[in-house]
Amino acid sequence: MGLDFSVVPSFADALLIGVLWTIAITVCAALLSFFGGILFAVIALYAPWFLRLPFRFFAWLFMGTPLLLQLFLIYFGLVELGIDLPAFVAGVIGLGLHFAVYNSELIQTAIVAVDKGQMEAARTLGLSRPQALIRVVIPQAVRDVIPPIGNNMIALLKDSALVSVIGVSELTLSAQLAIGRTYRPFEFYAAAAVLYYIINLGMEAVLRRIERRTQLSR
Amino acid sequence: MTDQTPFVEIRHAQKSYGDLEVLKDISLTVQRGEIVAIIGPSGSGKSTLLRAINDLDPLTGGEILLEGVQVNKTLPHRQYEKHINAMRQQIGMVFQHFNLFPHLNVRDNVTMAPKLLKGISSKEADKLAEEQLNHVGMLERIDYYPSQLSGGQKQRVAIARALAMQPKLMLFDEATSALDPELVEEVNLVMKKLAEEHMTMIIVTHEMDFAASVCDRVLFMDQGVVVEEGPPEKIFKNPDMDRTKEFLRKHLAGSK
Amino acid sequence: MDIDLMLRVYPYFLEAAWVTIQLSVLTIVLGLICGMIGAAGRLSRFAILRFLAAAYVSFFRGTPALIQIFLLYFGGPQVGIQLDAFEAGVIGLGVNIGAYMTETMRGAIISIDKGQIEASRTLGLSKFETFRKVTLPQALRLMIRPLGVNINAQIKGTALVAAISVVELTYTAQRYIGSTYKPFEMFLIAGILYLIIITASGKVISYLDRRVRLQ
Repeated sequence: MGLDFSVVPSFADALLIGVLWTIAITVCAALLSFFGGILFAVIALYAPWFLRLPFRFFAWLFMGTPLLLQLFLIYFGLVELGIDLPAFVAGVIGLGLHFAVYNSELIQTAIVAVDKGQMEAARTLGLSRPQALIRVVIPQAVRDVIPPIGNNMIALLKDSALVSVIGVSELTLSAQLAIGRTYRPFEFYAAAAVLYYIINLGMEAVLRRIERRTQLSR
Repeated sequence: MTDQTPFVEIRHAQKSYGDLEVLKDISLTVQRGEIVAIIGPSGSGKSTLLRAINDLDPLTGGEILLEGVQVNKTLPHRQYEKHINAMRQQIGMVFQHFNLFPHLNVRDNVTMAPKLLKGISSKEADKLAEEQLNHVGMLERIDYYPSQLSGGQKQRVAIARALAMQPKLMLFDEATSALDPELVEEVNLVMKKLAEEHMTMIIVTHEMDFAASVCDRVLFMDQGVVVEEGPPEKIFKNPDMDRTKEFLRKHLAGSK
Repeated sequence: MDIDLMLRVYPYFLEAAWVTIQLSVLTIVLGLICGMIGAAGRLSRFAILRFLAAAYVSFFRGTPALIQIFLLYFGGPQVGIQLDAFEAGVIGLGVNIGAYMTETMRGAIISIDKGQIEASRTLGLSKFETFRKVTLPQALRLMIRPLGVNINAQIKGTALVAAISVVELTYTAQRYIGSTYKPFEMFLIAGILYLIIITASGKVISYLDRRVRLQ
């Protein structure tokens, strides 16, 4: 059985819808991982010990185990708890939390590294410690780690393929559905690879732009 | 507040880091509108004293009062936070390394605290920023980011930022020490202007000429104590203490 | 938490952990080989080799590893490549991590101070001798830690082959979640085993790192 790419165009619509879902899940999970990462960093650094210690334990557990395993835990765990979430939401939560933990590690380091004078200057103006953190320290910390967070987001895009195993009908699953009808795995996985590659390029371009826009505020 | 209450009063200020005593029972009063310079060798405790006035470096003993109200009160955490934030809004501070907020442009550096703490509208805040920046001659850079400014310009913006809170007292912690020599004058000019407007100022400085020309009173500190204080003519021309003489001789020899 | 059940099923997880270890070791070795070839290509004098190596890195880092494995395992037979799931997993994952290791190794090599190379050349060493005696030993020291990051990621990355039914830790956890309806317990057993493997590999890497730094 040789290769025959002529079957691919007839599934173009299905694949493009898959692309849109992949972009949607990546954007949603990226936002969750970004804001979740900030929240987790604040918890890890400033929360009272009874929040901080369990949090650090779970962060350690999440950083030492595969995303796929975590997706199974979240997907089946929610079912077990009687929470019936659509696969898309479960996928966003799984991907988003996984990368939030990684982003949180970056942001924690950056928060600690912000010049002490910044906190002092904010406090001498009369800002409270939480106000100074929110207005002065955290924005600078986040700005400092935009490039590595961007790398995490690129990894997130590629890892979004994993949510196909819990039934999110994104690009990988769209390709699989087409394969189920045509029995042409090579052609459709190759097509999916090309589409991922293009999304990846687009995402890198967007991230470069964001990096450039934050240049001045250093 | 009665007329007898000093504007700023420091009573028996004492501070130690472990065994090291950096401030040894310092008492001092500053009148409204007075301009006081604190000079002395590095490690003399002059910056520590200044930073104790707004409780940035809390004292281990003694009291700081502003218009009769104790600044460094011992209170439960939450009440202390509320109290100290209210006090600090009345005390402006300018740092050696400017500490402008790099993620905000000049306008937002100036307006952030008034907007947040005094609840003024964006329109009022803009007006305030323009006034204050005009005052320090930085109005045309209102939309720049700190990274686009020279050191002297940064320090002028930092002064405008502090003034925007309408403080009663300004603290200057070696405001010109980190500047290239040619940029010192523009900052000194702004400080002179404030002096002419009768702002109460406490200035830690290495610039003897500036202290002599602007200040009403000069304190010489060494090893955690005020060795000598008096009007600038006296301290610079005819000091009583040997330690003061020695410091001035070394310092003036080094700078000229 | 159902401790009884956990005690009953953990031997199966231990067997699966052994498969995960084998997958990790094989894919890391293959990855290192691909990384060396890739880095050599990226730094080659010949434009065609540089292009091929760059294309390799770009494709494997620009697309999901899962798609690469599917392409090899399900699509392979169409182009005459017949592999069982384990083989496809090792090759797919190894070549994938090799692309990341290529960049790690290249980064370490190009960060060696040019002065070192000039000094060596003025002593009369050839280009190849300079690389072998001066550049490479220094680059090796620099690359162990970042390679450790790649290796840590790769151990977790072996979970992907669960999607082509290789009976490793994640696949086993998934199967037992499906049959016992105890997702948290099963996650915990698998998670602890992953953490043991990762911690152990981390220790080995920091030992190696210390040793080369002492030399």
